[in-house]
Amino acid sequence: MGLKRRKFIDFLLGAGLLGWAGSIIYPIISFLNPPKIPEANVNAVKAGTAADFPPNSAQIIKFGRKPVILIRTENGEFRALAATCTHLDCIVQYRGDTKQIWCACHNGIYDLRGRNVSGPPPRPLAEYAVNIVNDEIIVSKSKQVS
Amino acid sequence: MMKGASQHIFPWLDERFNLSPLVNYIRHKAVPMHRQSVWYYTGGVALFLFIIQVATGILLLFYYQPGVDSAFESVRFIMTKVHFGWLIRSIHSWSANLFILLIFIHMFSTFFNRAYKKPRELTWMSGFVLLLLAMGFGFSGYLLPWDELAFFATKVGTDIVNAVPLIGKALKIVLRGGEDVTGATLSRFYAFHVALLPAIFTAIISAHLLFVQRQGMHAPESFEKLPPEKKKTIPFFPNFMLKDFLLWLVVLNILLYLAVFFPWELGVKADPFASAPAGIRPEWYFMFMFQFLKLLPGHIWILEGEVVGVLFFMIIAIAWLFVPFWDRKAKPGRKLQSMAMIGIVAIIYILVMTILGYVL
Repeated sequence: MGLKRRKFIDFLLGAGLLGWAGSIIYPIISFLNPPKIPEANVNAVKAGTAADFPPNSAQIIKFGRKPVILIRTENGEFRALAATCTHLDCIVQYRGDTKQIWCACHNGIYDLRGRNVSGPPPRPLAEYAVNIVNDEIIVSKSKQVS
Repeated sequence: MMKGASQHIFPWLDERFNLSPLVNYIRHKAVPMHRQSVWYYTGGVALFLFIIQVATGILLLFYYQPGVDSAFESVRFIMTKVHFGWLIRSIHSWSANLFILLIFIHMFSTFFNRAYKKPRELTWMSGFVLLLLAMGFGFSGYLLPWDELAFFATKVGTDIVNAVPLIGKALKIVLRGGEDVTGATLSRFYAFHVALLPAIFTAIISAHLLFVQRQGMHAPESFEKLPPEKKKTIPFFPNFMLKDFLLWLVVLNILLYLAVFFPWELGVKADPFASAPAGIRPEWYFMFMFQFLKLLPGHIWILEGEVVGVLFFMIIAIAWLFVPFWDRKAKPGRKLQSMAMIGIVAIIYILVMTILGYVL
């Protein structure tokens, strides 16, 4: 009888202690987890005029909070791709000499369609749509890419 | 006069705190003298560099201002306007690197002497945790000037955490303070670097030193087998301690020489909307891991290359932490023991990957 009672008290104390620890740890972990900041839903941005981009060059533009690389190929065509390397989050750059997209961090290479062609990147870069309206370049989320 | 004062002060303290056993302990503490004794100094030098880090770190805190618009500017201010600011910052950076180098040397000397064996398992384990914490110090401190190299190194470093199974994604967000490396990341790294890590480090280094004090220095088997009269020792106090201090003075001179003649530079301010420049590389002590990840292909079997790499390093780190428990007895007569082989392979791997990282 005495043992049973002791076991019961031990259980009660143990559970109480666990609950107490949880009530301390849970708020701390929640505190460390940053609150979600609502992101303005950007669907399209203006990137300047076509004249700003000489052929065989590129610029990183802000698409909301995401960097996007806007490339003007040698034959004057515009391409826009997510500029965040799918490997480890570095920002890629356009190489005029090789006509490829290059990530300097780990030597990842993509072609001008954003396909990962060599190095460590596991996935292609997401494509954005580029339209030129009244000589102004509009970069927007293309339909097939979320 | 001085002697008179100390003659009065000590008994006064002793009466209240019973210091005599402690004094006796210090008086009788002996350090074994043998061919491997030189390695005893490595831990002491690492401790000295830690003290330098704390001292210069506190000084830098007087001027450093975390924040996207102030971090870089305040470090530039320290380096250009504050009297001797360039020196303090340069010492802090150089000392950080020497600190980690010394911990590596200290660790491998322990490993090759198999000093981690019973009863020193916890000394080894706490020591390895201290190395990981020191690397955490390096990683978090690297971002604080908010320059371009540090920004991308942090992006890469925190993104690697993503590859940790199950909790990777959540851990990355907690580390970064959001999805991306931003001012929130800088605030967090600042908190890690000046508050959280120092607190944990101080607790563990205290335990590490306490273990060494309780158990005494490890001596090689050849020394232990000697008859007591042939065991050469020197008193810790003052003989060994003075030797320690002398070496600390030498290290301080080397440190000052490096800090003055090769001042630590401040790069270009970080821009979250600029391409990563060529030559992005982490600090040298992360280089072997960085290079290994760089050499992995995008996919290995059904896993992403980086997941495989991260799992590999996690397994190695856990195995290394528990070395005292799977250590194999030395086989008599064999020239090269299996544990020594493992150590040599580890060093060759680290060296080759590091060199490749700088050459490729």
